[in-house]
Amino acid sequence: MIMLEKRPQPSRFWVLATPALAVVLTMFFGGLLFLALGKNPFETIRTIFLDPLFSEFAWYYRPQLLIKGAPLVLIAIGLSFGFRAGIWNIGAEGQYIVGAICGAAVGLAFYPLESFIIFPLMILAGALGGMLWAMIPGILRVKFGTNEILVSLMLVYVAEQLLASMALGALRNPDGMGFPGSRNLAQYPSAANLELISGSGMHWGVVTALIVVIFAYVTLSRHIFGFHVRLSGQSPRAARFAGVNPGRLILICMGLSGALAGLAGLFEVAGPAGQVSIDFNVGYGFTAIIVAFLGRLHPVGILLAGALMALTYIGGEIAQSNLGLPLAAIQLMQGMLLFFLLAVDVLTNYRVRFATGAAA
Amino acid sequence: MMTMNRILAGAAVALGLATGAFADGHEKTKVGFVYVGPVGDGGWTYEHDQGRLAVEEHFGDAVETVYVESVPEGPDAERVMTQMALGGADLIFTTSFGYMDQTINVAGKFPDVKFEHATGFKQADNVSVYSARFYEGRAVQGHIAGQMTESNIIGYIASFPIPEVIRGINSAYLHAKEVNPDVEFKIVWAYTWFDPAKEAEAATVLIEQGADVILQHTDSTAPQAAAQAAGNVVTFGQASDMAEFAPFPRVSSIIDNWAPYYIARTQAVIDGTWESTSTWDGIAPGMVGIGEITDAVPAEVKASAEAMVESMRSGEYHPFTGPINKQDGSVWLSDGEVADDGTLAGMNFYVEGLTGDIPQ
Repeated sequence: MIMLEKRPQPSRFWVLATPALAVVLTMFFGGLLFLALGKNPFETIRTIFLDPLFSEFAWYYRPQLLIKGAPLVLIAIGLSFGFRAGIWNIGAEGQYIVGAICGAAVGLAFYPLESFIIFPLMILAGALGGMLWAMIPGILRVKFGTNEILVSLMLVYVAEQLLASMALGALRNPDGMGFPGSRNLAQYPSAANLELISGSGMHWGVVTALIVVIFAYVTLSRHIFGFHVRLSGQSPRAARFAGVNPGRLILICMGLSGALAGLAGLFEVAGPAGQVSIDFNVGYGFTAIIVAFLGRLHPVGILLAGALMALTYIGGEIAQSNLGLPLAAIQLMQGMLLFFLLAVDVLTNYRVRFATGAAA
Repeated sequence: MMTMNRILAGAAVALGLATGAFADGHEKTKVGFVYVGPVGDGGWTYEHDQGRLAVEEHFGDAVETVYVESVPEGPDAERVMTQMALGGADLIFTTSFGYMDQTINVAGKFPDVKFEHATGFKQADNVSVYSARFYEGRAVQGHIAGQMTESNIIGYIASFPIPEVIRGINSAYLHAKEVNPDVEFKIVWAYTWFDPAKEAEAATVLIEQGADVILQHTDSTAPQAAAQAAGNVVTFGQASDMAEFAPFPRVSSIIDNWAPYYIARTQAVIDGTWESTSTWDGIAPGMVGIGEITDAVPAEVKASAEAMVESMRSGEYHPFTGPINKQDGSVWLSDGEVADDGTLAGMNFYVEGLTGDIPQ
């Protein structure tokens, strides 16, 4: 019979191996699912995981991976700090929206003036907007002990209403024939977050995401703040003794994750999306939570997880279009990924023993 | 990184061997469809997909169709369209208002691919626009609803404040008011085309506020179910017949019939006669159908509603025929004057008698 034995310390090998194992399991059971739907499982898996990278049209898909992955990585890195310290910001989607609104508003305020200073100001406004939105649950938690999970989540719905009212009101394009949505920032050179090299998919958001990954890595492994974050997550009492001010830590973690989510929103609204529209947000803030955990809350892991998530999105679209796979099957497979990750996580903390029948 | 690469590389080899070459003959005409909701929404997207299936049936092996469902109206839509064009599509139908700018962008990059954008107003050499005069159906709904209501309160679940939706509200209101001067409209803006939970909630709120007729401009059957649960509330099928809720609460419906148009346009591509056009068809050519009026409606009301359908079919009656004032009391159409298509296409005002403001 099979027994689980708790490891004295989490296995370093399995910490790294479980995400890969989860991917393999997802491919296998996903393949079974596709088989049950009457599709060739090998072809389907190849379409989802490899076609975006190696097919005939990979020159188009590879840049798209960056565009799709950058906001996920940016948001997930921010979340990972809080998650490590036991601070649960679930409302990144709202902070993403508010960051986009604030950044876009700054850009639109200058229209049609052209100046190099506009885009930096927008970036600042985007980060600030996201940060302030995240500070609401942060301050409420510190001052009144409210639950930041609930408050941050609820504020997503508030942000969505704010977005709708902005797209229909204050930020609406005056030349838009009465249709909702702001002016297209991508067509306003001073405010546009365009590709730095044409056809590469590399926009400022991608660059920022990569820089943030490096910063996060250094901070977590070398800086005293990173140490405090890790300590607070592992042992709040020990952290208190080490001089960590829990209230301040909460505010910093919330503010940081909010600012990064806001940045992601700004880069999206000024570039790929182009305008503030009623349904500008497509769930990056929520998917980033999966990305953060899939990446083990580790900056490099998050980078890989973000790339993998982007891959399944884009590959999933190809599979829908080329193979006639329903969207639900793709989503099911994405869900499997997180499910298997959590399931095989048991190997990190437990050793599997095959005991003989007499034992037990 | 290493692990992941090795797995992917290994999988690549395995899959390559398993599937062999992927020959794309591309002799068939390939027609792509981009959907905003799931094909199983039972409403808007369902009917577009019925149109797609009709194309398949009509042309048999000469035509291949592909579709991607639940595509968000933003950068994702642009990628899906690009991917279809790259995949060899000759004709692409983009079936939501919010795909407008994306359709124009992608069409610019693929001058040889024909695009058809539903309910939009931007044309290009290879982009046609098409829509249906749903307001004719709304007139019939208003006519029946005004006589069915006992509380004199009609609830209206609106999606987005765009001309298409506002036209529907105005048309339904004018014809309800005509038969019942005391009628009052309560309008809820759901800011979604398809979200069963939100739609059900909106329906419940309206019913609690005393509405005993619910009109919907969203795509799911959730409001029908909510009305059924409430008991004595009348509904109308939207976009699709929604006959599973007949004979009560669903007493009639507006049915979108895209099949003839899709077949005609596909034929034009095959023949090489396709041109950029703007199509706006109503009851007469059959693009808008009125679902069976059930026996839950009094016989004389049913008769007069059917007479109204006939008068629109013959072109004798236009739902927007003066005298009609705008909400602020100013004259829009003088006695006997008929609205021109330009004003209707950009309609951004309520008619006199409606309360509340269009969200700005």
